[in-house]
Amino acid sequence: MNFQLSEEQEMLINSVQAFVKKELLPHEDEVDRQDNVSPELASDIRQKAIKAGLYAFNMPIESGGPGLDFISQALIERELSKCSWALHVNVARPSKILMACKGKQIEEYLKPCVAGNKIDCFALTEPGSGSDANAMNTKASKDGDDFILNGSKHFISHAGYADFAIVFAVTGTYEHKGRSRNEVTAFLVDSNSAGLTIRRGPNCTSNRGYHTFELFFDDCRVSSQKVLGETGKGWDVANDWLTAGRVMVAANCVGQAQRALDASLSWSANRKQFGKSIGMNQGISFKLADMATEIRAADLLTLYAAEKMDLGSLSDADAGMAKLFASEVLGRAVDEAVQIYGGMGLMDQIPIERMWRNARIERIWEGTSEIQRHIISRELLAPYQN
Amino acid sequence: MKILVPVKRVIDPYVNIRVKSDQTGVETDNVKMSMNPFCEIAIEEAIRLKEAGKAEEIIAISIGNQQCQETIRTALAMGADRGIHVLTDEILEPLALAKVLAKIYEEEKPGLVIMGKQAIDGDNNQTGQMFAALTDLAQGTFASKIDIEGDMAVVTREVDGGLQTIKINMPAVITTDLRLNEPRYASLPNIMKAKKKSIEQKSPADYGVDIAPRLKVLKVMEPPKRQAGIKVESVSELVDKLKNEAGVI
Repeated sequence: MNFQLSEEQEMLINSVQAFVKKELLPHEDEVDRQDNVSPELASDIRQKAIKAGLYAFNMPIESGGPGLDFISQALIERELSKCSWALHVNVARPSKILMACKGKQIEEYLKPCVAGNKIDCFALTEPGSGSDANAMNTKASKDGDDFILNGSKHFISHAGYADFAIVFAVTGTYEHKGRSRNEVTAFLVDSNSAGLTIRRGPNCTSNRGYHTFELFFDDCRVSSQKVLGETGKGWDVANDWLTAGRVMVAANCVGQAQRALDASLSWSANRKQFGKSIGMNQGISFKLADMATEIRAADLLTLYAAEKMDLGSLSDADAGMAKLFASEVLGRAVDEAVQIYGGMGLMDQIPIERMWRNARIERIWEGTSEIQRHIISRELLAPYQN
Repeated sequence: MKILVPVKRVIDPYVNIRVKSDQTGVETDNVKMSMNPFCEIAIEEAIRLKEAGKAEEIIAISIGNQQCQETIRTALAMGADRGIHVLTDEILEPLALAKVLAKIYEEEKPGLVIMGKQAIDGDNNQTGQMFAALTDLAQGTFASKIDIEGDMAVVTREVDGGLQTIKINMPAVITTDLRLNEPRYASLPNIMKAKKKSIEQKSPADYGVDIAPRLKVLKVMEPPKRQAGIKVESVSELVDKLKNEAGVI
């Protein structure tokens, strides 16, 4: 085993840290207070990210991306997440599902997303179908050479600024173990399509400035040329990348937790009570030790999963363990950070309360902790089942 | 035109400096190291001159231990073309550095040598000036602006009480001040390209330079802690304390 990062990876970390410090963090307070990233700021960050070569850093060479290994990608995610999601999301990571683009779709959707000329969004979740994604109600019925979409989606991140959505809809049913299951197809649907209405969703406690939207499909006509992958094989295009995406969420959690720890260390060393720094008390110093130990473990679990992705041997449980553990470690770390800061930790003058709020979503999105445990245990028990 | 840029590896400017308990120096084990910020400014300026079509090649030089290669690699990732690493584990003094650089200057014959005005570790602010003396080159120190006009360099210098602009013959040595530019961070494609750029490994002996330190460090210690001030109630109390406690009036 080799835990040594390469020279390039070290330089990458330094560059991303400089980018975060210079281009993103100065805006964090205002973005959080206003619950908004102005279109000018978003565009400015995108342009700077393109110049720095960080835009679409998750994409393979054949799509026009840099073709980085997954460990490097995880390291970038880790550093980017040391500022709020609303800002670093503008260093776009187009959905890797777009790698399923074929023919004209490549020039029309995949490449513009990698070049920063188009923005995608991922429309899967529905009010009645969250963790149980296959239970979706949005339907696409065949009409000549087209499909007619009807239904709705919610919690669709940045759909209001996207040029198109990757929409999952039911195109049929099939029998599975005596039960009827939905057959799902993925579509590329332009945001300005007739019959598609996009509306801002409710405000979220986590990630202020990063908005979610609701999509309503009312006889929205989509050409069969816009099917991503094959009809009825929506999960085939989605699943591989959903699993990989969980490792990147884990890396994000590790970065946020490291930021909470760094802030806590500095506060513990400088804040004086009873004539000495509070870090001199074991009540505080042991918290710091536990935070650092757990964060190291989460980091290693995440990099282990990233390494397995590079080797092509990542299992669902590998990704699930990294996502589950890192998001829960983050939850504990930000909670302890608030405790270490005391009352100040809840004031909006310093970023601790923001980190505490932002951390909460990580145990929910990209598969809740419970779903991760389900995935992990299913894989563990599989060899024992006949 | 070639530009030589020496870059020094120092403790990262954002790291808390701690003195070793045996007072022989400062702690560098497990401490983040970076390129000296003034050297970053020098590299940036060289890259800008190259981008403006006023230079063809930028050579980054570092003198020091094996890890200095990383600092050169960072310069290459920012945009320098090739590197020279003079490997030594000796503690280096400005005169030794200037002598090695003078030899490299003779070999490379650059049009400009741009270097940081000082490194943030020793704060000596001597290498550039000593190098100019050894090579008999014109020098423009503490530069906050550099223009190239034919075979002359127009350098705006930050001096006590304002700015001074001088016009010097090239080849010349210019040392950078803080306000010259804002260095870029290495872009991802350039980081990838840096791996393919060459770093030539040399030793001080290759240049026939004796780099043994001329100074002996007796002790390194932290500056004394400053005492907190006090508030006085009145002018007469202030005068009294200045007279009788501080003894300054």
